[in-house]
Amino acid sequence: MPDLIAKPALGRAPMTMAATTLAEAAWTRITSIAPFPGQAGSISAALAPLDLSFPPANRFVQSAFGRIAWSGREQAFLFGPEAPPNLAAAVTDQSDAWVMLDLTGPQAQAVLARLVPLDLRAATPGMAFRTALNHMPLLVMVDHAQVFRLLTFRSMARTAWHELQDALSGIDARLGLKA
Amino acid sequence: MRVDGKGRIDRTKPVSFSFDGRTLPAYKGDTLASALIANDVRLVGRSFKYHRPRGILTAGSEEPNAMVEIIGASNQTPNVRATVQEVFEGLAARSQNRWPNLTWDVMQVNDLAAPLLSAGFYYKTFMWPRAFWEGLYEPLIRRAAGLGSLSGKHDEGAYEKAWAHCDLLVIGAGPTGLIAALTAARAGADVILCDETAEMGGRLLSDGGEIDGKPAADWVAQTLAELSGLPNVRMMTRTTVTGAYDDGTFGALERVGLHRRPRPNLPRECFWRIVAKRSILAAGALERAIAFENNDRPGIMMASALTTYLNRYGVVPGKNVTLFANNDGARITARALMQAGVRVAAIVDSREDAPEEPGTTVHRGARVIGTKGRLGVTEITVRKGTTDFRIATDCLGLAGGWNPTVHLTCHMNGRPRWAESLAAFVPSDGAIPGMIAAGSANGSFSTQGCLAAGIVAARQSLEAMGHNTSDVDVPVADDAPYRIAPLWAVPTKKRAWLDFANDVTTKDVALSAQEGFRSVEHMKRYTTQGMAPDQGKNSNVAALAVLADVTGRAIPETGTTTFRPPFTPVSIASMGAGGRADGFAPQRFLTSDQASRDRGAPMIEAGLWYRPSYFPKPGEATWREACDREVRMVRGAVGVADVSTLGKIDLQGRDAGRFLDFIYTNTFSTLPVGRVRYGLMLREDGHVLDDGTTARLAEDHWLMTTTTAAAGLVMRHLEFVHQVFCADWDVRFISVTEQWAQFAVAGPQSRALLTSALGKAPGLPFMGVTPVTIQGVQGRLFRISFSGEEGYEIAVPTRFGEALFRDLTARAETMGGGLYGMEALNVLRIEKGFITHAEIHGRTTAFDIGMEKMVSAKKECIGKAAAARPGMVGPERDQLVGLKPLTDTPISAGAHLFAQSAVANRENDQGYVTSVCWSPTLSSSLGLAFLKNGRARHGETVRLVDHLRKIDVLCTVTDPVFHDPAGEKLRA
Repeated sequence: MPDLIAKPALGRAPMTMAATTLAEAAWTRITSIAPFPGQAGSISAALAPLDLSFPPANRFVQSAFGRIAWSGREQAFLFGPEAPPNLAAAVTDQSDAWVMLDLTGPQAQAVLARLVPLDLRAATPGMAFRTALNHMPLLVMVDHAQVFRLLTFRSMARTAWHELQDALSGIDARLGLKA
Repeated sequence: MRVDGKGRIDRTKPVSFSFDGRTLPAYKGDTLASALIANDVRLVGRSFKYHRPRGILTAGSEEPNAMVEIIGASNQTPNVRATVQEVFEGLAARSQNRWPNLTWDVMQVNDLAAPLLSAGFYYKTFMWPRAFWEGLYEPLIRRAAGLGSLSGKHDEGAYEKAWAHCDLLVIGAGPTGLIAALTAARAGADVILCDETAEMGGRLLSDGGEIDGKPAADWVAQTLAELSGLPNVRMMTRTTVTGAYDDGTFGALERVGLHRRPRPNLPRECFWRIVAKRSILAAGALERAIAFENNDRPGIMMASALTTYLNRYGVVPGKNVTLFANNDGARITARALMQAGVRVAAIVDSREDAPEEPGTTVHRGARVIGTKGRLGVTEITVRKGTTDFRIATDCLGLAGGWNPTVHLTCHMNGRPRWAESLAAFVPSDGAIPGMIAAGSANGSFSTQGCLAAGIVAARQSLEAMGHNTSDVDVPVADDAPYRIAPLWAVPTKKRAWLDFANDVTTKDVALSAQEGFRSVEHMKRYTTQGMAPDQGKNSNVAALAVLADVTGRAIPETGTTTFRPPFTPVSIASMGAGGRADGFAPQRFLTSDQASRDRGAPMIEAGLWYRPSYFPKPGEATWREACDREVRMVRGAVGVADVSTLGKIDLQGRDAGRFLDFIYTNTFSTLPVGRVRYGLMLREDGHVLDDGTTARLAEDHWLMTTTTAAAGLVMRHLEFVHQVFCADWDVRFISVTEQWAQFAVAGPQSRALLTSALGKAPGLPFMGVTPVTIQGVQGRLFRISFSGEEGYEIAVPTRFGEALFRDLTARAETMGGGLYGMEALNVLRIEKGFITHAEIHGRTTAFDIGMEKMVSAKKECIGKAAAARPGMVGPERDQLVGLKPLTDTPISAGAHLFAQSAVANRENDQGYVTSVCWSPTLSSSLGLAFLKNGRARHGETVRLVDHLRKIDVLCTVTDPVFHDPAGEKLRA
């Protein structure tokens, strides 16, 4: 056990408005896996015991053991389990580099439409996009049409939270007009 | 006044509003304009130049006259069009461009001085004497110019920006837009339907009429009900599509909260960026005026606006209306008014063959040649043949024909096409890729024509997207032909207004042509026609018709000016939503942020990061005292600083060393595992891009450190080099900046501190790296120094950063050391002659900073060839030197250097100062500077002059390394 106290990126309680919740996800091991040229197949083979395979662009693969999401050109993030040893890939620890926020609820897409330039009509479950959260780098994973996991730079966590909260509170106020 | 039984306002919901301090009644659903008309307010503003009394001219967003200030609790918005602003309880509006009040305005003297204020007045008047311009004329003009006033406070209201995506964007929800949206929606396409107003329906709601034998409003309701029930349709009211941009992107402004009392968090406006595969422009057409003498009095307005006010809002602006027309359109207005019990005194129709109209008199072949009524029209003078006669009237409706709303089709430089039969411009095909203009916007002015065109446009759009089409029958509606005999202006020797907003008359246009400004673009700029907030919507076509007439050319030959985005004004606050103050950019916080703030450290911005400037102690009055103490502390004991902001890039692969050799000027592939090397990288043009250290963690595993400022830039550079020059190399890299919290521990006691923290001596040589376990956490220890002292940097995963920072701080303080901030860090590195981006500012080469030996002769690297170009090396270059003032005078970065006896002017410039500090170690001011042939001039005395800060001091040129030049402390 480490003696140093580990701290979350934000340490904030979840916030709910308009039946939509923004919450900081618990710490998870994140490992970047960037196969060396021509090695994506061997990575998939090595991931097979985890019921995972190297994901195609804009997708993630989920299993009972964990998840692996496309995170950029020739690169994926493995969430949960340790990476298998001796992969023919560049492997780095990214667990502390990102703040993970879960956006869940009927207004989740509307919130993202205010900050993310993507056409979310294409956001079907199992999709993972590298894009931007306003001016911040973003990896967004679609668990469900109303459930999104957002990763942005850990140092920008407060801004990300603030901007998501702002967007949600504006939507909540709009809904108040109709109610 | 109100007309019973008319309008779509909610008479069960009365509201009150104020105009110029008077509280007035209205109903929910009123616009400010309709509410003012209901209250018989005719005078609503003053014109820009002549301060002429003005009334409401239109019923839409094109309004040039009725512009007001809306006063909110925390906002004051000028130039709000009363025709667009909806009334709500407590709305406070104020007229503008008048003093002391609207009815008695001092500046109306301008109107008497009109002969002096004609077009080109500025250019003729303010030419001489030249010296008067800056002191007198400009301030005077500035005071007189501008419409409305600002509060001078920040707009702290909520604004929103958002994205929307669809297959088909339908712009305008009149007959064309509604049926186009329905056709596409029934076929299953994702449709966004936008309309400027609060209620969709367009002129079907304004003009009445029938569709399939039933009131048009019923068809609108039925269509809207179907559309709103479809999941693939998004209907956006109060949303103006303001611009057409590349790749099917449109800007649109939604009025979210401007039509109601403010609510917490409710955005005032939302600026939408809508991305559509296809679009249909169904924005309708704008009715145009006819220019005649004194045609700008309150009570003179568009005939179609009269119908809109009557049918949508249940108000009429007069009891005894006359109409002046050159086409049949005014008949709809006449019939609607008469049916509502309003007297229509006459229709003055310029056409000899105009039809009769039951219930009123039609003066065929007649023209209005003048009006009376200072604050509102009371009488018009009509000329028929050679006979002049007067008609008493309190409202004159103008029907000068229709201009299709072509604006969006011009946003990508498309030019509209002149349609002779319509006497109007229509959109050119394909002006906006993927856009079809349909209905009135394309010159089909009958309801039947609009409905048919809407269906065709939707089907064409669906087919272009490879979508199935749907069955929609064309409803049966009015299909009267558009019969117009163009009449732009009734000749007069006096003033006949074209551009109401900017006070441009037919005389001004003629004068412009007479003085040689015959091109329409020149005329626009000479007269300011079309440059007011309405951007010429009401006047462009008429003005160029008048210009064509006076220059003896045809209208298409005369050409048009360019309509540019936005179609209607867009508040900067909406485009910059969320970006005010702290929202300007993401804020990046260190894990040590709170610990530093708790110690009272002022935080400074370094890129997006916030870093502690210094750590004040009790009794220290200035930052310098704290900084000097921190410097002495590092030199004498030990200091701790958070250096996590530096970029960290993890590189792996068999070719990673080769890749680094290509990126850096010096060789890395020979570096042993466990060692660190300082490196310099160049841009392709040979100038220094960045510097930093790279560690070899394992045979094929490297960790690069970049400067804070260039972390993103270097990452981008590596991506570029990899993707473009060596994509097949066996190398992969990724940023790990955020993964590691990293702390510098520097000073003679640094080893002792680390020994206590690690539980064992670090045992690292200078420029070594090793994995360590610190208090149960796996980390990395580097022996590197940016201070010139024995120094280490220890990195742990970020989640442990705060704990380690507090731990190291406590240990340092126990050992007589402590924290040091950016100021001390800067002093330490200047004393040691280490460079930052103050020196590698983008215009310096490896040669300039004295590192040309680091450009390896044995290999190629990015920028090497360009750095060897003539002029990139040699004595004529400004070279890095140190500076020490001869006297005890502070020196400044940004100052320039001159030979000791030279005049301090541009021609004699010998270099410039990049960094300065007070060195408590050497008890002197120190500077780093670039001096022509500087390395050969150590020991010389030069003159340092800062003209801005009035500094003029002699300095000795030195080696840039002031402290421990042999590096004994580093390697201790």
